[in-house]
Amino acid sequence: MLGRTANGLFWMFRYLERAENTARLLDAGLRMALTRDSATAEEEWRSVIATSGQRGAYEAEHDDYSGQQAWNFILRDKNNPASVREMFGAVRTNARMARTNISSEVWVAVNESWMELDKVLSRPVGANAVGDVISMVRRAGTLVHGAFDGSMLRNEGYHFARAGTYIERAESTARILDMKYFLLLPSLRHVGSSLDTGQWDQVLRSVAGASAYSWLNAGQIEARGIVEFLVLDDRFPRSLAFCRNALRTHLAALARIHGQEGECNELMRQADMEINELTVEDIFEQGLHEFLLDYIGRNAAIGTAIGEDYRFLA
Amino acid sequence: MVLSTSNFDEMYDAAGGIRPAYEDYCAWYDEQQTDLLKRKAKDADESFRRTGITFNVYGEDEAEERLIPFDMVPRIITANEWRKLTRGIEQRVRALNAFLYDLCHRQEIIRAGRLPERLLRNNDAWLPNMVGFTPPGGIYTHIVGIDLVRTGPDEFFVLEDNARTPSGVSYMLENRETMMSMFPDLFSRIGVESVSNYPRRLARSLAACAPEGTAGKPCVAVLTPGIYNSAYFEHAFLADQMGAVLVEASDLRVVDGKVQMRCTDGYTPVDVIYRRVDDDYLDPLTFNPDSVLGIPGIMDVYRAGNVTIANAPGTGVSDDKAIYSFMPEIVEFYTGEKPLLPNVETWRCADDDSLAHVLDNLDELVVKEVHGSGGYGMLIGPTASKREIAKFRKKLEASPENYIAQPTLSLSTCPIFTKKGLAPRHLDLRPFVLVSPDGIDITPGGLTRVALKEGSLVVNSSQGGGTKDTWVLKD
Repeated sequence: MLGRTANGLFWMFRYLERAENTARLLDAGLRMALTRDSATAEEEWRSVIATSGQRGAYEAEHDDYSGQQAWNFILRDKNNPASVREMFGAVRTNARMARTNISSEVWVAVNESWMELDKVLSRPVGANAVGDVISMVRRAGTLVHGAFDGSMLRNEGYHFARAGTYIERAESTARILDMKYFLLLPSLRHVGSSLDTGQWDQVLRSVAGASAYSWLNAGQIEARGIVEFLVLDDRFPRSLAFCRNALRTHLAALARIHGQEGECNELMRQADMEINELTVEDIFEQGLHEFLLDYIGRNAAIGTAIGEDYRFLA
Repeated sequence: MVLSTSNFDEMYDAAGGIRPAYEDYCAWYDEQQTDLLKRKAKDADESFRRTGITFNVYGEDEAEERLIPFDMVPRIITANEWRKLTRGIEQRVRALNAFLYDLCHRQEIIRAGRLPERLLRNNDAWLPNMVGFTPPGGIYTHIVGIDLVRTGPDEFFVLEDNARTPSGVSYMLENRETMMSMFPDLFSRIGVESVSNYPRRLARSLAACAPEGTAGKPCVAVLTPGIYNSAYFEHAFLADQMGAVLVEASDLRVVDGKVQMRCTDGYTPVDVIYRRVDDDYLDPLTFNPDSVLGIPGIMDVYRAGNVTIANAPGTGVSDDKAIYSFMPEIVEFYTGEKPLLPNVETWRCADDDSLAHVLDNLDELVVKEVHGSGGYGMLIGPTASKREIAKFRKKLEASPENYIAQPTLSLSTCPIFTKKGLAPRHLDLRPFVLVSPDGIDITPGGLTRVALKEGSLVVNSSQGGGTKDTWVLKD
């Protein structure tokens, strides 16, 4: 496979994941803002924009945070390179680039979804429509993933795409946790104190983990449980542990196909050694923020190494 | 639905009767409900959009993707008509390759005084560094799309030869796919020659042109300018269907005397490059030292016989409209036969007598730039305003050698499906021809382009033309 095509598949799935995660984050923010007074709501939108990494671009354009303004910025603003519309456009551009290495089912899933989204996002999104648009983005992700799993050859292209998915997903979960860490942080001594359960609920919703968490913890919302769930529980498909396991599997498959390991496999092993035996207590001990920063750094380094090992760029 | 037109209509004869080619189709058509057909026409558009069969148009700030409108009434050619056409096409394509070989070698046609030397000298597409070089298999133009127009029952003319990089073959294939999914019963009722194996034939034809000494199965790559090119869909489509690799110049590099592509496990040699980029973007070392585009050194590899480039660099020389005007002589010179398919009468404005004639008759003629394509930069006298003609006259007088002129042909029409029922529109036909050392292979069908505006003679997709499925009937 061409290095450029591998790069296209990798980024196609990173952008898809990013668009989906941004929509989830927006959904959770929306639910939160709707149930709060206006000052808290404004704070909420500030946090949503910051978590999605769009603060600089947003503040270059707007002085204040209101719901409609914030979600339109996140969903469709032309000056926002990280808007859902731009992200999905990037999914499609990368899919076109890798067109000869994806099945037509995948291509049609991407193209149809893009046409639908592009249409609804060509005009400002009002309060009555925002929920539908968010569902549409999530559905688009589901459709593409489904077509991909159901119709793609399990060759190296498949593994590059999936490596992209899990690197992006891990980064997103880590960032969401990190943005809220001050709420979760107060260390184990504060466990059980009257923190804002609404905020925690929002963290879980942002990663589509609210019900899974409830099943596992019988509705007990507390910092320790949430961190354990999102960082260490390898049963939950958006936890760091799950993403790391999946990434390891796909990198191993790539090494097998190519008959040799690369820098990315080595970095993966190092990360495993650092993280494998950690308990939630160790993480709080080390500091959640420090842990997450370290994690994000390692995750990004593995992503870069994949590109170098497999000649993504000339 | 009787239509009376002064020109030849593919479906109806002058008395309004249905021509033999369309008998079975019209019988089927009369059984259909118009509402259902209208819905199907909409469905077809939708399906093209969903599958992304679009071409890019460069607007003011960003490239937008558009559909080429598809019309559901097929253009039908009888087996007998097709046999005649293919004989003429084959002769023409043989002559084209012999002509290109000759230009690159002894230039007998110029020595014999049958073609003025200046036509070569003044031709931007001519590459002097092809002289003395014979490409693998001795073939210059591997893929040809001959544009034909019809004016009467037996009157087909060649309008253009397109020996450089003809496009549109993906529409031949997708239009058929669309027709088959819209009207499956139609194809069980009427015997239509299949076109679907074109990609396989193309792959085979290209592989047969691999350089001597290629070990094992040749590696074939389609070279595209990238996703912003107007024909990117077609490039990806053909690569996909052929099982070839779709590469951009940045994927290729000359390593150890071979053209190699950057793969995830290192550089891998490419044997045959089906290039869909212009000569200028092939090799910056040879063609355009200021350019960063292209594959530095690829021409050296080519000249050393270590890669096949299809079509060969420099083949655009024969797409020049001044050269076109010599095609009857060219065909005769190399085949020793009279051309089976005539040219459209052409005045070369470089000749004083012709120029005088053209200037006197601008309002009746079609005047084209010698190097132009895509329907741009031309004057259609009968439909142009006085001001347009006056403006064009100045351009023509300033550099007559840049222009040729042709009579306004009364192109044949074929009905298209409109909201108000069937309505005749002008059309042309581009069959696709593959050339390899194994022979000349013409797929029974082609691209039919149709002007959608009533009375319009411009069929180019860039200017509002549409396409039709093209049927060659089985015997």
